[in-house]
Amino acid sequence: MRGWFLPLAVAFGFIFLYAPIVSLVVFSFNESRLVTVWGGFSTRWYGELLRDRQILGSAWISLQVAFASATLATVIGTLGAFVLTRFSSFTGRLLLTGMITAPLVMPEVITGLSLLLLFVSMELTLGWPAGRGLTTIIIAHTTFCAAFVAVIAQSRLRSMDESLEEAARDLGAGPVRVFFDVTLPVIAPALVAGWLLAFTLSLDDLVIASFVSGPGASTLPMVIFSKVRLGVSPDINALATIIIGFVLVAVLIAGWLMRRALRKGG
Amino acid sequence: MSAGNALTRSAPWRGTAWLMGKLGISGRTLVIAVPMLWLGVFFLAPFFVLGRISLAEALIARPPYTPLFERGPDGSLQIIASLENYRFLMTDALYRNAYLSSIRVALVSTIFALLIGYPIAYYIARAPEPKRSILLLMVILPFWTSFLLRVYAWMGFLRSNGVINNTLISLGIIDAPLRMMQTDFAVYIGIVYTYLPFMILPLYANLTKLDSALLEAASDLGASPFVTFFTVTLPLSLPGIVAGSMLVFIPAIGEYVIPALLGGPDTLMIGRVLWDEFFSSRDWPVASAVAIVMLVLVVAPIMWLQSIQNRREEG
Amino acid sequence: MSQPAIAADTKPWRREGATPFISVRGVTKQFGDFTAVADVDLEIYKSELFCLLGESGCGKSTLLRMLAGFEQATSGTITIDGEDMARVPPDRRPTNMMFQSYALFPHMTVEKNVAYGLLREGLKKSVAYERAAEMLRMVKLEKLARRRPDQLSGGQRQRVALARALVKRPKLLLLDEPLGALDKKLREETQFELIKIQETLGVTFIVVTHDQDEAMTLATRIGVMKDGKIEQIGEPREIYETPNSRFVADFIGSVNLFEGKVDAVAPDMMRIETYELGPVLLPPQAGLTLGQQVWGAVRPERFAISRSKPENTPNTWQGVVEEMGYIGHMSQYRIRLSNGVLIRASQSNRLRDEDPISWDEKVWISVQPSAFRVLTR
Repeated sequence: MRGWFLPLAVAFGFIFLYAPIVSLVVFSFNESRLVTVWGGFSTRWYGELLRDRQILGSAWISLQVAFASATLATVIGTLGAFVLTRFSSFTGRLLLTGMITAPLVMPEVITGLSLLLLFVSMELTLGWPAGRGLTTIIIAHTTFCAAFVAVIAQSRLRSMDESLEEAARDLGAGPVRVFFDVTLPVIAPALVAGWLLAFTLSLDDLVIASFVSGPGASTLPMVIFSKVRLGVSPDINALATIIIGFVLVAVLIAGWLMRRALRKGG
Repeated sequence: MSAGNALTRSAPWRGTAWLMGKLGISGRTLVIAVPMLWLGVFFLAPFFVLGRISLAEALIARPPYTPLFERGPDGSLQIIASLENYRFLMTDALYRNAYLSSIRVALVSTIFALLIGYPIAYYIARAPEPKRSILLLMVILPFWTSFLLRVYAWMGFLRSNGVINNTLISLGIIDAPLRMMQTDFAVYIGIVYTYLPFMILPLYANLTKLDSALLEAASDLGASPFVTFFTVTLPLSLPGIVAGSMLVFIPAIGEYVIPALLGGPDTLMIGRVLWDEFFSSRDWPVASAVAIVMLVLVVAPIMWLQSIQNRREEG
Repeated sequence: MSQPAIAADTKPWRREGATPFISVRGVTKQFGDFTAVADVDLEIYKSELFCLLGESGCGKSTLLRMLAGFEQATSGTITIDGEDMARVPPDRRPTNMMFQSYALFPHMTVEKNVAYGLLREGLKKSVAYERAAEMLRMVKLEKLARRRPDQLSGGQRQRVALARALVKRPKLLLLDEPLGALDKKLREETQFELIKIQETLGVTFIVVTHDQDEAMTLATRIGVMKDGKIEQIGEPREIYETPNSRFVADFIGSVNLFEGKVDAVAPDMMRIETYELGPVLLPPQAGLTLGQQVWGAVRPERFAISRSKPENTPNTWQGVVEEMGYIGHMSQYRIRLSNGVLIRASQSNRLRDEDPISWDEKVWISVQPSAFRVLTR
C-alpha cells in the first residue's frame, strides 16, 4: 500500500464522496430548469424556494419534531444507558438490553409499519392517540433515536472512572445528588453529541415518518421525496445548497469552539 | 463528624423522597421503569400487534383488517386467525425473489464499500495530525447533510442527460448516453455512497490502534510492504472490517429510499415490496406478514451474529 | 509484661485489653465463586497508620472498599468507633477515602473539590470555603485553588485528593495506593509529609499498598495479605525480623531459605540438619519437636563475607563469588558453595577505598546463630 496506488485510491474515494454534492450546489445557481444543462448564473430557484409554503411549513414541522424527539430520546437513552451500566442485576435486565440495541438493526420499514399498527390499535381500544400527526412522529422518532443516544452514553459511562462517583458518595452525597453533581457533568459532552445525532437522524428520516404521520403533518423529507420522485427539480438543489451551507457553518463554528477550548485547557 | 446527607435536608428532594416512600417505590425502580416502559410500549408491543395483524385478512374498512375475535351466531367468542398470508408469501415467487435479491444487493454493496473505504481509512490512519483530523472530518461531513438529498444528487449525476453522460459525450468518449438510472448499478452506487462513512469510521478506529512498530518489525524481518500488508495489517484489522461491513449490510438490506429513487421497476428489494404492499395495495395483513418474515429471516440472524461478536470482544 | 511501660501508651496493640477503634470480625467477601477476602479478623487502634500490604488481587483493596462502604461483606461484622457499619451507606460513614486514581472531579476547581464534602454536610458556603482554604494551606496548595485538576501535576493532584478527604475530619481515612502514581523521588518525599500530616491531625489511617518499602516507612503496623487472608500482623520490625512464614519472609525484603529437620535440642543450643548447608547451630526456639520439618531463614545482609576464615563462629562455609552487583551504598553477592548451593549475601560499602571482594574470589561466609529465624510453614 505504498507509492501511487494509495493516494490514487484515496483521491478517487473523495471525488466519489464530493462530486455529486459539488454538482448539486453548482446547478442550484443554474438559470435553466433543466438541472444538468448550464443556462447561466441565477438565484431564481432560491427565490422560488422561499415562496414555497409547502416546503417552509414542512421544514418547520421537521424542526419541531427533531427538537422534541432528540430531547426526549436523550433523556430516555441516558436513563437506559445508566441503568445498564450502573445497576448490575435487576429483573428484566436482558429484556432492556435487547430493547435498547434492537432498534439499531431494525429496518426502518418494520419500525414504521409496526408503530403505525400500534397507534391504530391504541386509537381503537384506548381512543389515544386520536389520529396521527406531530405526536405520533415524535414518539416514533424518540423510540429509534433513544437507541443511538444510549449507545453513545453507554460507551461514555463505561469509560468513565467510576471512582469519581464513589468519591462523591464517600464525601456525603446521596445517589441522586451524585448523578446530578458528578455523572451528568462528566458525560455531558457525550450527551450533547448524542442529542445532535438524534436531531440529525430525526431530520433525515423519511420512512418511519411516512408510516406514522397523518394528513397535515408532512415532514420536510416527505415533501422532498414526493417532489424528487417525479424527477429532478432545481428548487430542491437550492434547498440542498442551503442545508449544506448550514452544516458547513455549524461545523466551522464547532471546530473553532473546540480549538478555543483546547487552547484554554492548556 | 455528623454523617451529613444534604439529600435529606433540601426541601424538594425531601418532598420527592416522601412521596416515593408513600407509594412504596424506590428511586432505583423509578429509574429503571422509565426506559423500560417507553421501550416496552413503543418498541416491543408493536411487534405483537404486527404478529396479530399478519394473521388477519384484508378488508375494505377502517381498520382495513378483520378483527381477532368475533361473536359467533350463538354469541360465543371465536378467534379468527389464519396463516393464509404466510402461505401466500411462500407460494408467490415475487417475495422469495425480493428476499434473495435484497441479500444480494446488500452483500455486493458491502463489498464495494469495503474496497473503496479500506484505502481511505488506511490512508487517514497513517496521516500526520492536522491532515488526519481534516480528512476524517471530510469523511463525516456528508453524513450530516440530508440522506435524501445525497441520493437525489446521484439522480442528477446518473440520468441519461445527467452530468456523467453529458461529460462523456462532450469528451467524445461515447456517442449515445449510457443507461445508468433505474438499474441495479445505480442502487449499488447509492448504497455505497450513503453508507461509506459507516465503513470508514470503524476501519479507521481499528487501524489507528495498529502499532506501527509491528509494521517495522515485519519489514525488519524481511517482509516487503505488500507482504506486510497481507500478513500483518489485514489480519489485525479484521474486527474493523467485520464491524464496518455490518454497519453497511444491516441498513442496506431493508433499504427503501435508494431502490425507490435510483432503482428500476425490476429492482426488487424487500423494504420496497413491504412499502408498496402497504401504501399501494393497502393490504395491511400481507405487509405485516412480510415484516414478520423479514424479522425472522433477516433481523434475528443479524442480532444473533452481533451478540456473538459482542461476547467475543468482551471475552 | 516484658515490654517497657512507656511503649504501651503509643503502641496500644501491645497492651492487653486495649479497646480497638476499628474492628473487623470474621469478614468474608465473595464475588460469585471467587473469594476475595476470606474470614479476616483485624483490630486497629486510634491514631494508627496501618498498612495493608500484598500483591495485586490479594484482597487488600476489597477490604478497604468494605470499610468505605462500597462493598457489602458476605459475612462478618465491621465496627468503627463502636458503631456497626453493616447498614450504613458510604455517604453516611465516618470514613473518607483517597482513591488510587485520586478521583478528582474534573469539572470543578481545586477549591470546589475540597469544599464539596463540607457542603454535603450542610455547612454554609462561606464556612465550607474557609475550611477548604485552610486545608489547602496545610498541603501548600493555596495558590492553586482556582485551577482545574487537569492543570495540576501528579504530585499536586495527590495533595488535593488528600486535602479533600481530610477536610471532613473523618474518624478514619482510607488511602488506596496513595503514592502509587508518583515517581520514585517524589514518593520518598511525600511519604514523610504524609506521616507528618497524620501525626498533626491524629486521624487513623489505613493505607493499602503493594510497595513494601512504602509500608515499612509509613506504618505503625503492617498486615501482610495473601489470597484474601491476613498472613501476619505486626510492627515493621517484627515483620522483617520475625516473619511467621516463608511467604512473609520472602515477600518483605530478600531471604535465603534452607529446608531441614530439627536434629538436636539442648538448653542453650539447637541444631538443624539442612539439605543445603548441612548442620546449622542456632539458639533454641520454643514449640519445636525433634525431627520436625522446618526452614531456616537468613537475610542476605546477615552473612559476613571474608577472604580469611572467621574465628569464633560455628556456622561457616567456603564458596566462590559467582556474581557481584555494585549498588553504591552496598554490594550484592551470589556465592556458590562447594556443594552447588547458591547463597545471596550483601555487604554495605562503608569505606571508600576498600579493596572489594570481586568475581571468582574464594571466600568464607559465616552467620551468627541468632541471625537464623526458624519457620515452620
